[in-house]
Amino acid sequence: MIKIVKRDQPSRAIFFFTPVLAIFLTLVAGGLIFFILGFKPFEALKFFFIVPIADKYGFSELLLKATPLCLIAIGLSFCFKSNNWNIGAEGQLTFGAIVSGGVALLFYEQEGFYILPIVILAGAIGGMLYASIPAILKTYFNTNEILVSLMLVYVSKLILDYLVVGPWSNPEGFNFPETRQFSDSAKLPLLFEGLRIHAGIFLALAAVVISWFVFYKTYLGFQMKVSGFSLKTAKYAGYKGKKMIILVFLISGACAGLAGVGEITGPIGQLHREISPDYGFTAIIVAFLGRLHPVGIIFASLVVAITYLGAETAQIFMQIPKYTGQVFQGMILFFLLASDYLLFFKIKFIGSKK
Amino acid sequence: MHKFLIRSFVSSLVLLFTLTVAAVAKDVKAAFVYIGPTGDHGWTYQHDVGRKAVEAAGFKTTYVEGVPESADAERVLRQLANSGHDVIFTTSFGYMNPTNKVAKEFPNVKFEHATGYKREHPNVSTYAARFYEGRTILGTIAGTMTKSNVIGYVASFPIPEVIRGINSFTLAAQKVNPNIKTKIVWAFTWYDPGKEAEAAKALIDQGADVIAQHTDSTAIVQIAEKAGVYAFGQASDMDKFAPKAVLTSVENNWGPYYVDRVKAVANGTWSQKDTWHGIGDGMVVISDLDSQMPADLRSKVKKLQADLASGKVHSFTGPIYDQKGNLMVAEGKTADDGMLAGMMTYVKGVEGDIPK
Repeated sequence: MIKIVKRDQPSRAIFFFTPVLAIFLTLVAGGLIFFILGFKPFEALKFFFIVPIADKYGFSELLLKATPLCLIAIGLSFCFKSNNWNIGAEGQLTFGAIVSGGVALLFYEQEGFYILPIVILAGAIGGMLYASIPAILKTYFNTNEILVSLMLVYVSKLILDYLVVGPWSNPEGFNFPETRQFSDSAKLPLLFEGLRIHAGIFLALAAVVISWFVFYKTYLGFQMKVSGFSLKTAKYAGYKGKKMIILVFLISGACAGLAGVGEITGPIGQLHREISPDYGFTAIIVAFLGRLHPVGIIFASLVVAITYLGAETAQIFMQIPKYTGQVFQGMILFFLLASDYLLFFKIKFIGSKK
Repeated sequence: MHKFLIRSFVSSLVLLFTLTVAAVAKDVKAAFVYIGPTGDHGWTYQHDVGRKAVEAAGFKTTYVEGVPESADAERVLRQLANSGHDVIFTTSFGYMNPTNKVAKEFPNVKFEHATGYKREHPNVSTYAARFYEGRTILGTIAGTMTKSNVIGYVASFPIPEVIRGINSFTLAAQKVNPNIKTKIVWAFTWYDPGKEAEAAKALIDQGADVIAQHTDSTAIVQIAEKAGVYAFGQASDMDKFAPKAVLTSVENNWGPYYVDRVKAVANGTWSQKDTWHGIGDGMVVISDLDSQMPADLRSKVKKLQADLASGKVHSFTGPIYDQKGNLMVAEGKTADDGMLAGMMTYVKGVEGDIPK
């Protein structure tokens, strides 16, 4: 007989084990889906998860894809750890890209070492400004930050639409919805000849290190943790909740804004309507899959990045519909949430004698 | 006997040689990059119909659907170029810069970019269709069929392609009915059934009894069907989605061009081109005309179609005036391709301003 028993305390071992379990279950379920669709499951999984990163170029593309995911997820983990549900990273990314793109356009056809730092800073400030809206509304007007931050995503995309269609559109571009190309001084330097991976990856790595330090070595990190467990306890302990809420939103917004900067001053090189394939939303999966732990997020961003690349390879070589990539992302989150059940409950096998 | 053997040997050698040459020629692989899903029944769907024509002609093809115009496009293109494809068709405007960038790295691969204007390297061609010719037909039908003299038009983005379509449509409608007004709603999307439906509803509320569209979903014709007004299919024959509303559709027919270009690659005769084909070359096709249209209108449309194909009639024949009454094209003249490519002003009879 099988019996389900509530654990006295969430298991720490299982806490870090469930993401691995979720990925494993996703692979099994994915293989099963491929089989039902009439593809050889192992071959399909190989084209999905191994072939895309088998060479140097493929691996560099993986890092390129994981960079914004990691950066945003690190930022989000500040919010999520402290019970602040910032769902609008996509909007903060977009607004950061708008501000930094605007600055980059101001320096059109100008060169100088000082341009890039200004452009990057502008992106971080843009993201922070945009994240401060749900934060201030939450702290002073008690609004729901989930709704506010989510709705602002659509506002930011409309602002971007307006700018690239209208005032910022390329004067030589026949009115197509795109800006001019940024000058080289406004672009992140490439790390290797012939590969697209750029200096933005250092921003992501810096975010990882800083967040680890803040989470585990500072008073702020402790406050966030306590607020995450129980808001009442935090209040009782006399923490200044409002300040912290605004601070975590600002950090989160800055990270998302920087991710936007990385895209437009990296591989894209201009502003147009589609600068992010919903990195801001996918990063939510990354943050949870990485257990809101900086190192976990690195691994999670790589795993999720592969689902993007793998979907393309699987379609090119095996004619598997590309949208299976999104199915995989959904399955990872689903299995993660489902297996988190094991955190609080354990399954006991009891002899039939009883 | 001896002679016979030699002869049969030689002839079989010749046969073998021809077979090998044919096999080599057919070995060309074509790839297609799509912005949407192949099942959108609009833009991407029609490109995929074209791809199937290439398959039917005996060539291998690959496609990747739903490729965003973000940094991902470049990777997909590079991967296709790297995996043995000889010609790559990129079927959305936003792929313009990535196409030219990757083309530089793969001089032996041919690139064909739809609707763009940049050909920075000798292995990049561009192609587009003269959809405005189809809109001349739609305008003629709309101007005849409207009772309220208000025609609605759901537009996507204020770019020359779309402005040209609005103008061509309005000019044709005015020709058969000088009292009509074209009302525009900008949806700022190519494909968003929700937004498109809202736009169509707004136009119907403003009294439009014929709705034209320059967006790709079937939402507008379905709204028109419910409201009991007329509409036109876009990109593919949308009659089955709204049998009463759809009077005809303008179909994008890419197949012949695709087969032609892939064959050129196979024969080694491919060269850089800027193609702009219309009804005459079969890139723009008018679907069956609905029986609700009076017989004389149908025959008039058939004749107009033939005249547009032969070049006897041009969609932009003067005198054409802009909204302020300034002469755009003089009497007896037609607009040249340069003017059409950069058209950014409305003609007289279109309501509102172009969003800036």
